[in-house]
Amino acid sequence: MAEKGSRAKALAGGTDVLVQLRGGRFTIDRMVDVKNVPEMNEISCSATAGLTLGAAVPCYRVYEDKAIQKLYPGLVDAAFLIGGIQIQARATVGGNLCNSSPSGDTIPALIALSAQCVIEGPNGSRTVPVEDFCTGPGSNVLQDGELLVSIKFPPPAPRSGAHFLRFIPRNEMDIAVANSAVWVQLADDNQHIQSARISIGAVAPIPLFATGAGNLLAGREANEDSYQAAAEAAQAIATPITDMRGTIRQRVHLVGVLTKRALREAVSRAKEA
Amino acid sequence: MTRKTHVVSNINGADVEFLCEPRQSMLEVLRDVMDLTGTKEGCNDGNCGACTISVDGTIIDSCLMLAVEAEGKKIGTIEGVATAEGLHPIQQAFLENAALQCGICTPGFIVAVKALLEKEPDADEYRVRHWLAGNLCRCTGYDKIVRAVLDAGQRMRSN
Repeated sequence: MAEKGSRAKALAGGTDVLVQLRGGRFTIDRMVDVKNVPEMNEISCSATAGLTLGAAVPCYRVYEDKAIQKLYPGLVDAAFLIGGIQIQARATVGGNLCNSSPSGDTIPALIALSAQCVIEGPNGSRTVPVEDFCTGPGSNVLQDGELLVSIKFPPPAPRSGAHFLRFIPRNEMDIAVANSAVWVQLADDNQHIQSARISIGAVAPIPLFATGAGNLLAGREANEDSYQAAAEAAQAIATPITDMRGTIRQRVHLVGVLTKRALREAVSRAKEA
Repeated sequence: MTRKTHVVSNINGADVEFLCEPRQSMLEVLRDVMDLTGTKEGCNDGNCGACTISVDGTIIDSCLMLAVEAEGKKIGTIEGVATAEGLHPIQQAFLENAALQCGICTPGFIVAVKALLEKEPDADEYRVRHWLAGNLCRCTGYDKIVRAVLDAGQRMRSN
């Protein structure tokens, strides 16, 4: 890949890259199947060390993994609703991130869960927070010859919970009109929010890390007034477009509703954690 | 002319080898090289499921798999579903429930259903509909398909 630079592409599940290649979005000289690279195929998950998810692990292995189900249900939410069963057997969380679509369904979940991208390249290794990875629709910080090897998640904090929601007009197999991921950590009293991370998608050129929305929840009681305030703060940074999937007004509305609902469920999960 | 790659694989229980171009999809090779035309091409971009096959036990859209990836894999297609003794219970249930109209989506549905019912013969309607979300029927005959799947599950449980 280093040799061919921009004329090379990595192949994991192929559910985006093969369609784009055939559609003429780019021409390449080399495609490298990365599914057999051991560190790209590993799932290493524990309550103490956190989760290392190889970039070539398909979605079904993520949501069928018992440890991930227990420790990172917010990630399972997203991996479980990408495509249908056939797509989930091939499509990867790493590929979803590298495709860098504004509506990519796993990206807000990764941001909310404070995930980090582990990138290897000709000039060595580097780590980038997921919220800094995407730079525009279909573009990201990967340089020619660089490869996303894995995604690292910190161990779940005590009294924390996460949830991801998206809106689509069908029940399955569609691209998000809007989506929202929320992570919360409750205070010792289990009634107040200690800290929160919120990320919204399909409402801007890249999935957004709604820092203001998350920060205003710190110290507030976990109730509807707080969720409403956070949802409004998330809506305030949304700059969506009108297209075949939805209008600007609909998307701004939806992202508020989704954020509120995701907060309720994330808080409920945090209380059970 | 593109140099072809030699691939050794197993299709429907038989060890096979074939030559393919690196750009060719598994779907293309099944149909045009192996002459296994039961697997259908619908959308060719992973939306319709007409080209569903199984690879090492999981179902995938064969239009989104490169044929060179079949090296060392166990591939299952619609041609491997019936046996010398007769139709598979799923095929029999599709026939008796009139679960096909034009028939183009049927091989993909049957391969997908087989993967589900072999693991979960007691899958309920909700589970069946969710499992089949990636298979489109352009004739929109979904209800009869779902009824056939539930019927097939019952047949497979009592076998």
